[in-house]
Amino acid sequence: MSVLRVERLRKSFGGVQAVRDVSFAVEAGEMLALIGPNGAGKSTCFNMLNGQLRPDAGHIDIAGRDTAGLPPRAVWRLGVGRTFQITATFASMSVRENVQLALLSQHREVWRLWRPAAARHAAAAEALLAQVGLAAQAGRAAAVLAYGDLKRLELAIALANAPRLLLMDEPTAGMAPTERVAQMRLVRDLASARGLAVLFTEHDMDVVFGLADRILVMNRGALIAEGNGEAIRAHPEVRAVYLGTGATSGGH
Amino acid sequence: MLITALNGLAAAATLFLLASGLTVIFGATRIVNFAHGSLYMLGAYLGWSILARLPHTPWGFALGAVATMAALALFGALLEIGLLRRIYRAPELFQLLATFGVVLMVQDVVQHLWGPAELSLPRPPWLRGFVLLGGARYPRFDLIVIAVFPVLLGALWLGFTRTRWGVLVRAATQDRDMLAALGVDQRLLFTSVFALGAALAGLAGILALPDGSADLTMDLSAVTDAFVVVVVGGLGSLSGAALASLLLGMLQSFGVLWLPRASLVLAFAAMAMVLALRPNGLLGRPLAGRGVGEVVAFIRPAPRALRLAGWFALGAAACAPLILGPYALSVLMEMLIAMLFAASLHLMMGPGGMPSFGHAAWFGIGAYAAALAVHALAAPLPLALPAAVLLAAFAAAAFGWFVVRLSGVYLAMLTLAFAQICWAIAFQWGDVTGGDNGILGVWPGLGVRGFYWLVLALCAGGTLLLRRVLAAPFGHALRASRDSSLRAEAIGLDTGRLRLAAFTLAGAAAGLAGGLYAFAEGSVFPTYISLQRSVDALLMVLLGGVQTISGPILGAFAYTGLYDTLLSLTDYWRFVLGAMIIVLVLAFPQGLAGVRLPGAAR
Repeated sequence: MSVLRVERLRKSFGGVQAVRDVSFAVEAGEMLALIGPNGAGKSTCFNMLNGQLRPDAGHIDIAGRDTAGLPPRAVWRLGVGRTFQITATFASMSVRENVQLALLSQHREVWRLWRPAAARHAAAAEALLAQVGLAAQAGRAAAVLAYGDLKRLELAIALANAPRLLLMDEPTAGMAPTERVAQMRLVRDLASARGLAVLFTEHDMDVVFGLADRILVMNRGALIAEGNGEAIRAHPEVRAVYLGTGATSGGH
Repeated sequence: MLITALNGLAAAATLFLLASGLTVIFGATRIVNFAHGSLYMLGAYLGWSILARLPHTPWGFALGAVATMAALALFGALLEIGLLRRIYRAPELFQLLATFGVVLMVQDVVQHLWGPAELSLPRPPWLRGFVLLGGARYPRFDLIVIAVFPVLLGALWLGFTRTRWGVLVRAATQDRDMLAALGVDQRLLFTSVFALGAALAGLAGILALPDGSADLTMDLSAVTDAFVVVVVGGLGSLSGAALASLLLGMLQSFGVLWLPRASLVLAFAAMAMVLALRPNGLLGRPLAGRGVGEVVAFIRPAPRALRLAGWFALGAAACAPLILGPYALSVLMEMLIAMLFAASLHLMMGPGGMPSFGHAAWFGIGAYAAALAVHALAAPLPLALPAAVLLAAFAAAAFGWFVVRLSGVYLAMLTLAFAQICWAIAFQWGDVTGGDNGILGVWPGLGVRGFYWLVLALCAGGTLLLRRVLAAPFGHALRASRDSSLRAEAIGLDTGRLRLAAFTLAGAAAGLAGGLYAFAEGSVFPTYISLQRSVDALLMVLLGGVQTISGPILGAFAYTGLYDTLLSLTDYWRFVLGAMIIVLVLAFPQGLAGVRLPGAAR
């Protein structure tokens, strides 16, 4: 059974059809890249998947449950981790506290009023931070992190509830080229080791063609192609609207 | 029926005069002009003086109105150039505070120049004229006021759609940065918008004279009404303001007929209903990101030295009755109560991220609940205090349900409006609350020392409890909701419920402070719910630093001491306090959080 199955998803804003009849599925352990030019509807798609937007029509099945219309916090409870295109973290807290809070939420302990939060799940938080390479920064304020480190922190937060599905909206934007590949290789390893399904959008074609198992291409709200790297690179419409006919950006 | 409708139209016209200026100013400059009521009051007083020197004819009145509008436009322009221009980039709470400083200063200036007595116009025959309408007599002057509404609406509409100036103002309302990027000098634009708003407020002021009088409380009641209209109509929307004026004017005049006592509550209920259905008001749009640099500080546990100092201070306070006399004890009690009050507001506006401009509401509800429990139910203190806490918590939960989804300006204005309505109820519902005379004889039935220790235990305990809650998972989750509600929801936090819980908790703590205050003073008065008290709490929190956990405690002590000194030094304490607020805001436009005061330890 697929971890995520999307069927005929639709969303319009005013007269603009941002997402038109999009259908796809992600299997456990699979990394699926969603690419396309700006305005293709990728972020709208993501926002419907994690519940920020309610689809006009269509089904979203996550682990066998229809989640269309559920709020983000309910989708998260089903085991969906999310990172944002523009990072969203808690600026008044330390890096460790950011992750601790996700763990507190997962254990349904946020309504506790008495015992200090400082010591709860500290070790588990440190372990998650070590996994993404942020162990040395655990005590620093999240607000002062470099942008690439914020992306890593978001990943650690997203991993805190041991998700079965990871939604990553431009997970490497703002990172140096070498960092990008390292970050996504880490995600690749996690996906393989834990059977984690990953759906991500990305503009770096090295990352997309190097690490994704399969690639979806969107343009003007509709899926125009689906397949492995070779098939996508050869696809005439994809070359016309996105990759460019020189097709050098894939660069292998 | 016809007469009631006409009365409603007249009320709507006055509301629209006030609200149109406020909403246009907000639309262009994004400043909620608290001093709008003061401009209205100045219009009434200045108009009174000008009309006294002119012939008592219709033409004299018209001339006086024009002269008043010109004077107010000038005053508004000077205010914009001197103060507001400097704080466009400051956090909205600071803008509200700065304009409230203007309110305080204008109050003292007006009282100094015109005296404390109400001023009314001599009423020449043309003002007393009546028109026969459907068999009933209707004052001719009110028809003129009604006529102002469509004329003004039409003129503003033409001005905003058909002139270059109007197009620029609308452009600024939509996107200031883009307009600036197009090379438009916005300073002159904003000054002229402010002058226009001030002139309209002045016109409202002078039109209020023939049917009423100029008095020193008209500023705050007017600005509350105008806030309600603007919020219901949608911030920055002129047509929204017109629609809301009509709605609320009619509600006011028919409400008095059906529910004479509850007309204010009716207006509030209407506002709550509109906002529950349309959070941005009837015709408002969601506010675009303000791009204001709200400083979010990194919160760390208090250092050991500060904790030790705190415990030492607590020990000293516990021993105080053995050394100090009753007067010193009563001052200390006032400070302790202020500490709990400030800490409760801090929970709401700091970690909760909900700036409240009407925190006195919960304080007052607690005080009145305690006093009424003692008086009407003959309940002793151990029952009256829990009643105070419960009632305040219940009211906060009910009100919070409507407002926790709102953000910055809307929240501040709504909490303010709610507090003003609580104040009006305490003031008007004489049978129960004793009106202006308050409720006397609310004594704790304990000795001075015994009561002091009770106050110390409850206030220190309550404040420590709030601190404890902030360090607990709940406090972290609350702060997370403020830092990034997007991320908070994405890790399973119910930000709405968290905020509502914080709102209720803060209301309960403020209610306890109010209940204790009632017993400490032996009486309750409507001033317990006054705007002044809300602002006191705000200043305590801001003085200590919003972004710190220990801040409100230190701020409460510093401010109470300062305030008592000021009261004993000068009769013009409002003027001095207002000036101090303005200086504070101008000196630290990014908020005190950006500054490390010695008291800003965590």
